Amino acid sequence: MSYPDKIKNIYLTQLAEIQHAGIFKEERFIHSSQSADIEVEFPSGSDLKKVINMCANNYLGLSSHPEVIRAAHEGLDTRGYGMSSVRFICGTQDIHKELERRVTEFLGTEDTILFPSCMDANAGVFEAILTSEDIMISDRLVHASIIDGMRLCSAQHDTFKHSSMEHLEEKLLLHADKRLKLVITDGVFSMDGDTAKLDEMVKLCEKYDAMLLVDDSHASGFIGKTGRGTHEFCNVFGKIDVITTTFGKALGGASGGCVSGRKEIVEMCRQKARPYLFSNTIAPVIVSGVLKVFDILSASTERRDKLEKNAAYWRKGLTEAGFLLKEGNTPIVPVMLFNAKLSQDFSRDLFNEGIYAIGFFFPVVPNGQARIRTQISAGHEIHHLDKALGAFIKVGKKYGILGLTKDQIIEKYGL
Amino acid sequence: MEEMTLNEMKDLVLKYVIKEYIDDDDVTITYETPLISSGYVDSFSMVSLLVFLENKFKIKIPPSKATPEAFDSVNSIVALVNQYLK
Repeated sequence: MSYPDKIKNIYLTQLAEIQHAGIFKEERFIHSSQSADIEVEFPSGSDLKKVINMCANNYLGLSSHPEVIRAAHEGLDTRGYGMSSVRFICGTQDIHKELERRVTEFLGTEDTILFPSCMDANAGVFEAILTSEDIMISDRLVHASIIDGMRLCSAQHDTFKHSSMEHLEEKLLLHADKRLKLVITDGVFSMDGDTAKLDEMVKLCEKYDAMLLVDDSHASGFIGKTGRGTHEFCNVFGKIDVITTTFGKALGGASGGCVSGRKEIVEMCRQKARPYLFSNTIAPVIVSGVLKVFDILSASTERRDKLEKNAAYWRKGLTEAGFLLKEGNTPIVPVMLFNAKLSQDFSRDLFNEGIYAIGFFFPVVPNGQARIRTQISAGHEIHHLDKALGAFIKVGKKYGILGLTKDQIIEKYGL
Repeated sequence: MEEMTLNEMKDLVLKYVIKEYIDDDDVTITYETPLISSGYVDSFSMVSLLVFLENKFKIKIPPSKATPEAFDSVNSIVALVNQYLK
């Protein structure tokens, strides 16, 4: 063991560079359960502040739902705390198989395999199903976990311009000679809140004998008229070869993910996906909670309907107030500010007004596209949204950006 | 292939890079602009540039030479192409 100053200083220098670049990430400590109303300690050591949470992936408001909590307790009592084993040794319970069956039914696929997270699902799936004879063609705005998964895979990779079907077709033609072609996209893009054109992508994939993989983490549970996901919204239910998704957002918000799709592909993951082979799967207590989530979603579409109404209300309010939003029809509503420092100042002032919403800037989003990303929940009531809107307008007036065009905001604050 | 001047080669590559990778009209790309290290071109997208160069200049660039560093500007790309034209 050796950790002399020269090693320590390498890290200190790198950390100082991150701070200097203004991209040092700090956690805010929440002292309550996850919901629309939370109590936050920020900065560290300060008094607790009651704020409205406008940045959680808690789309359906199920993170602290009493029935989910009760089911988790029951799971803990009947199936214990941990498995102390990976799935294929002695880490599979009946409830893991039950959850795989329920997910398959919900997503309209052939089979499902659970992973500790969707990050792990994306890290494992490509390497398990493709070789160096194959090509992965991904949308340029796919989630970081997909990029990491592709890096771990020996297949070649190429990209197409965000949501450009013409460019995708060019790439399918360019790589026509490859053994397998896998087109890869997010269902709903997490930073912009727009939706992939899955109907057109399915047609192109059929035309060029390509498979289609969709990461539906920001859609499962609420996009589409019964919340099955982007494939339901685009009328291609049952036509997606591979869906990866998470239980860490709308579906209870705890953790865990899966690969769901063609039977053979799921079986290949079971045989070869390293995060499945070399890591414990989702703990029984969480599996029990997610099973209850599927009970709730199967009984009624009330929560996703409320979410849709809330998102429309929020989007309309911001637009009428004169904010510039990214176009879209999902609960992800990005308020565009363009300038990185403005996004940080705006977020800080919102927090002082009792609204918790984070500013995002390069490299999380492209340079010059800084924004406050707001995320709406079925756990929000109209009074939450009205209070948040009031705070946005107050801070928007302070910075004089209401009613301004993109060019005018950039002229005022720079890029 | 017809003999091309160095600047003609650079223009050809520059035109392809802009068409293939640059969506923002406000962005100006020159021969020297860092493409990958500045985030304009994702290293994942390099394969189509490689295929373009190999088809256009009728050359074969070994995968070990098609590095993000070698593809980081129009100048460096054309320098790489020239190694295989000779």
